[in-house]
Amino acid sequence: MKLRSLAGALAATVALPFGAANATDLEVTHWWTSGGEAAAVAELAKAFDATGNKWVDGAIAGSGGTARPIMISRITGGDPMGATQFNHGRQAEELVEAGLMRDLTDVAEREHWRDIVKPSSLLDSCTIEGKIYCAPVNIHSWQWLWLSNAAFEQAGVAVPKNWDEFVAAAPALEKAGIIPLALGGQPWQAAGAFDVLMVAIAGKDVFEQVFAKKDEDVAAGPEIAKVFKAADDARRMSKGSNVQDWNQATNLVITGKAGGQIMGDWAQGEFQVAGKKAGVDYTCLPGLGVNEVISTGGDAFYFPLLDDEEKSKAQEVLASTLLKPETQVAFNLKKGSLPVRGDVDLAAANDCMRKGLDILAKGNVIQGTDQLLSPDSQKQKEDLFSEFFANPSMTPEDAQKRFAQIIADAD
Amino acid sequence: MTGLTRGSARPNQWLRNLNAKIASIPMILTAVVIFLGGTLWTVVYSFTNSKLLPRLSFVGLDQYERLWAAPRWIVSIQNLAIFGFFSLVFSLVIGFVLAALMDQKIRFENTFRTIMLYPFALSFIVTGLVWQWLLNPQYGVQSIIRSLGWESFSFDPLYDADIVIYGILIAALWQGTGLVMCLMLAGLRGIDEDIWKAARVDGIPMWKTYVLIIIPMMRGVIITTLVIIASGIVKVYDLVVAQTSGGPGIASEVPAKYVYDYMFLAQNLGQGFAASTMMLLTVAIIIVPWAYLEFGGGRKRG
Repeated sequence: MKLRSLAGALAATVALPFGAANATDLEVTHWWTSGGEAAAVAELAKAFDATGNKWVDGAIAGSGGTARPIMISRITGGDPMGATQFNHGRQAEELVEAGLMRDLTDVAEREHWRDIVKPSSLLDSCTIEGKIYCAPVNIHSWQWLWLSNAAFEQAGVAVPKNWDEFVAAAPALEKAGIIPLALGGQPWQAAGAFDVLMVAIAGKDVFEQVFAKKDEDVAAGPEIAKVFKAADDARRMSKGSNVQDWNQATNLVITGKAGGQIMGDWAQGEFQVAGKKAGVDYTCLPGLGVNEVISTGGDAFYFPLLDDEEKSKAQEVLASTLLKPETQVAFNLKKGSLPVRGDVDLAAANDCMRKGLDILAKGNVIQGTDQLLSPDSQKQKEDLFSEFFANPSMTPEDAQKRFAQIIADAD
Repeated sequence: MTGLTRGSARPNQWLRNLNAKIASIPMILTAVVIFLGGTLWTVVYSFTNSKLLPRLSFVGLDQYERLWAAPRWIVSIQNLAIFGFFSLVFSLVIGFVLAALMDQKIRFENTFRTIMLYPFALSFIVTGLVWQWLLNPQYGVQSIIRSLGWESFSFDPLYDADIVIYGILIAALWQGTGLVMCLMLAGLRGIDEDIWKAARVDGIPMWKTYVLIIIPMMRGVIITTLVIIASGIVKVYDLVVAQTSGGPGIASEVPAKYVYDYMFLAQNLGQGFAASTMMLLTVAIIIVPWAYLEFGGGRKRG
């Protein structure tokens, strides 16, 4: 008897916290762990906590490549989190097809996502068979060249205005003991840099023919050969940057040890955390200063299907919080990315973000490779380019042949 | 084990040692369901085009054709061969020499043994990180020697695609030889003192005693050691991830990493399964003939 009442009392104390407060804990996994990223994600948590729920942070360190397998195995293994980040596009495609993800169409219709999300391709990437499965939170574009003004001053050359000037300035930088181009060793960085070169040098149409239409003849053709020539230059210029992570490479630029880096606009957050000012301490060239086109990949939150009704409700709250104008502004300013809605005011945006917003407003956008290619093709491409950038004996012609083969096999 | 009958009734064969049999059921189930079942499942699905989730749509040998056409897989196999050969040879030789030295009734033997075995207590990730720093040209050996005055000294194996696998080998040997030494030492201690005395009486030089008498007598220990080293070689993964993550480029990739990357990063289970089946096949090609010689043929040795 005594034991039973004790057990009852214990059960009551366990149940109490759930019953008393109607706050629901929602675990959110993501891979935003560098300085600028962590500051940005704290804004999301703040906004969600303000709705009376609780954001349980599930940061997974080590970039998307490490985090995604953990997220996927948790979802497929029957231990889903409340919400999780993916790059929107094809990364979660099969999880949706297997019925493991939650349909957000109701929330999206209630809040008119169709009207507010710009460009609309972001929402298209969330849509599978007419239903919306993710909430886009930002637009990240890859096509940026970040330059350290201090490094060029030290080398005694003017800060380049485009890729060709940058290549021409490389010998002067080298003479001053500066690595011209910082490139981290992680495979996705090499593959991403190549995609950027492709848009800048061969242009938007070629990019779309290769990655969207998967035209292998174009991939093997003379336009892409020019891109491989440029990649060959980049390979020579990146020699000596013995770092792994992208933010370490960005740090080389911030500290003036490297001249520049081809990296997405998330690098901007690092410059901000380091207290650097756009236009004064560093310069950014969208589309490498050649072809001002930006890709509109980015991050989105997906919501696994949960049995718990409370949590399902909290998921809806989170989804709508993510797209609120205030959240969008606070988050994207810290993150260095662009908001997904065209109607918010980014008065505090800096020089570089303004350039990005202008290009976005002009509609010079392409889809990101995450949206166009399957993770399988992406990985093959990463293997190819990490080999190409590390191995000077691999000729651009050989690499192009293999590249065309990957495009031919892409699904 | 014959004639152990209780009472007059002949006991059922199946019920003999019933307790022991019941007790071993969980292990048998584990072995059959998890090891054997998992292996068969993997092999079957390696013939499908499973992407993120396994599905049974067979594509024949496509995954294998793609695997053997992938330059990264070829590099992985070559690396495994180089790494395997040298780590087998060096850890056996160094381990044995250390054990033989240790066996000379030296002082502070316990202390030395502990020091030698200590690296083995570290995980591969820690070993990998330590050696990543040691071999880093900016912080490690190279910068120390340069700061001593040899300005032109250059030692950065992890950043040179041609020799990166040897940089990984150094770390693997540092970690693994201590264990080999201990196993060998145990083997040496198991040899009867009289054999040494007899050899000395016959005037056989010491190195000859080792090579011709002691080593053949240590056959059992050496085979155990070989199996331990070999299994460590095939599964090498964390060391590479910690030291180079496969770089520079793809120069230090290994098969286990290919399997992981394609299963989870590329979301292509079929390709990952094909690669892991090839790894299984490699192990089988080495193990099966040896196991046949060792346990089969009805002949007992040693």
